Amino acid sequence: MIWGSFADFINMNGYGPYVWGSFGVTFALFVMEFIILRREKTNVMLFEDKS
Amino acid sequence: MVTQPSFEKSSDKPFNWFLFAAPSRFYFLVKKLIPVCWTLAIILGITGLVLGLLFAPTDAVQGDSYRIIFIHVPSAWMSMVLYVAMAFWGAIGLIFNARLAYRLSNSIAITGAIMTFIALWTGALWGKPTWGTWWVWDARLTSELILLFLYIGYLSLYNAIDDQRKALKASSLLAIIGVVNVPIIYFSVKWWNTLHQGASITLTKTSMDSKMLLAMLIMTFAFWAYAFAVVLTRVNLKTLEEESHTDWVQNELKQLGTPS
Repeated sequence: MIWGSFADFINMNGYGPYVWGSFGVTFALFVMEFIILRREKTNVMLFEDKS
Repeated sequence: MVTQPSFEKSSDKPFNWFLFAAPSRFYFLVKKLIPVCWTLAIILGITGLVLGLLFAPTDAVQGDSYRIIFIHVPSAWMSMVLYVAMAFWGAIGLIFNARLAYRLSNSIAITGAIMTFIALWTGALWGKPTWGTWWVWDARLTSELILLFLYIGYLSLYNAIDDQRKALKASSLLAIIGVVNVPIIYFSVKWWNTLHQGASITLTKTSMDSKMLLAMLIMTFAFWAYAFAVVLTRVNLKTLEEESHTDWVQNELKQLGTPS
């Protein structure tokens, strides 16, 4: 571990906004894609013949 | 009479490459692979993030802003690899008129576009502290932006044509033509004098610290696993939707609808 404290880790020696802005948006997009796929799965279930 | 050699025994048969071209076989194979891909993506992702954010040393020149590399490079690689894969399966679809190949090609587009957006977004956030600007019209950045437009163009063209067969043909053709952009992105830093730096790693040499390199490679595999997981999930959903008239899909839908 190279960080002395949690605050140091968040701060990233002043580059926090750039680093977390990158990782945050990436993570959010992956989660969004996952949620959309789950919703599509629910829609596909409607193709079942209920006769 | 010479008796025909028997091909009945399965061990005598050469491997049938078209075995998984049958939608139902492909579906059930993929269904088994999806959880494996998700597991790999999560394990590799956590390992890569822990190594990259907690243990890799601070860069002497760029400080901690360099840590963006752990998602920037994997997403940029994936944006190009996925594009080539999309064009490849589109070409197979066109040549053999193969529905499954088209479906695979079509399923890659959204994930490819997301990867391209991530590469551009993280690039902007990395460019600001290191170059002093969010964006510059240099060859690497511009060609990557064109890649995003190609993905968006592919998706728009596909959605704009009502006849699905025609839509797949037209969008696959666009994907194939757009492939010329991929080597342009890759070699742009060599061909032109760009602000974007050259490759940090090549097959023969690397200019990175071993922990940084390892974290970046692990993150790359995590991105691969993630891309496989979402693309395969999308392929299987399309299969269920488009083959919903078949008995096996109806059975599968009943299975999925039954809470276990």
